[in-house]
Amino acid sequence: MAMHTDHGHDDYNQTGEIPAPQTKAIWKTFGILVALTALEFLIAFTMDAGTARNAIFIILTIFKAFFIVAEFMHLKHETKALIWMVMLPMALVVWLMVALISEGSYYFDSVTNYFN
Amino acid sequence: MSTSTTLETPSTGTWDGGNEPLKASYGKLMMWFFLLSDAFTFGAFLIVYGLSRHKHLPYTGEPEAFTFSTQWWPIPEKVFNAFPGFHGVDLPLAFVALMTMILILSSVTMVLAVEAGHRMDKNDVQKWLLWTILFGATFLGCQAWEWAHFITGTEEGMMLADGTRIIGANLTVNQYGPPLFADLFFFITGFHGTHVFSGVILLIIIFLNTVYGTYQKRGHYEMVEKVGLYWHFVDLVWVFVFTFFYLI
Repeated sequence: MAMHTDHGHDDYNQTGEIPAPQTKAIWKTFGILVALTALEFLIAFTMDAGTARNAIFIILTIFKAFFIVAEFMHLKHETKALIWMVMLPMALVVWLMVALISEGSYYFDSVTNYFN
Repeated sequence: MSTSTTLETPSTGTWDGGNEPLKASYGKLMMWFFLLSDAFTFGAFLIVYGLSRHKHLPYTGEPEAFTFSTQWWPIPEKVFNAFPGFHGVDLPLAFVALMTMILILSSVTMVLAVEAGHRMDKNDVQKWLLWTILFGATFLGCQAWEWAHFITGTEEGMMLADGTRIIGANLTVNQYGPPLFADLFFFITGFHGTHVFSGVILLIIIFLNTVYGTYQKRGHYEMVEKVGLYWHFVDLVWVFVFTFFYLI
């Protein structure tokens, strides 16, 4: 137990005054995420399936993603350069996804026809 | 003489490495870049899902008359309608709603742990990390049940034209629809589940380090922030998986 006295008790434990928690913004973000998820379920059971419903789902998902990345991952409060560094490649990937999925049937048909 | 002075004082000029344009530590930047590359992987999964979905015919009849068939892509509400303890009751998307709530809650407790770390409040960091581990492990348990149910299948299964029935799903046969549907279910939710599992392991490691006072001694809880970034990303991926796999 000599080690213990050498280091002193305070090295391993908190010292001095601890400021009060600032959690208002966190719980607000949580409320928004829960509300958006609840809205998604409401729409899933009240609206008929179709392009309009899918568009609403995707828009709500992007809203949820914004709150998670901006507030929980703190990206909103980082420097402009870091925000662009993350957002620009993601925007290009989203473009790629939209392009590939919209060309999906053509692509699959040409692959299928090639082997038949 | 001049060389020794330059060695003693660090360079501070703009192009001498003296400024920090991103105002973020090396570790946090690398975590961001890793998450970006991970997002590409999940993006690729969603592209494949979209392509396969596009290729198969949609179900055009009345939703009430829906039956499982390899002819069309299944309606997710008809596939994921089981809840533990409520056998035979049609509860569309109820279990996945619970899983989503658990994961969002775990994200909140994670961000509370990071906040406590900024205040150097060791007890609070421990408390919130434990909650996050608990929610993460619960999510994994839910997913294990979801998989077990999906693999075992329902009693009715899928009736084929020759009168035989397919019950359950694996990588080659699938009672819910085209085999690709089951393949994508296993790969997308499985890859996400692997991420949750790795996240729980990381959380346990930083929880132990917090208990041992490693970060208190270091003077900052940045490691909690870095693992937090990873954990929020896992939650973020689930938001997309949930929309594209379960809702659309």
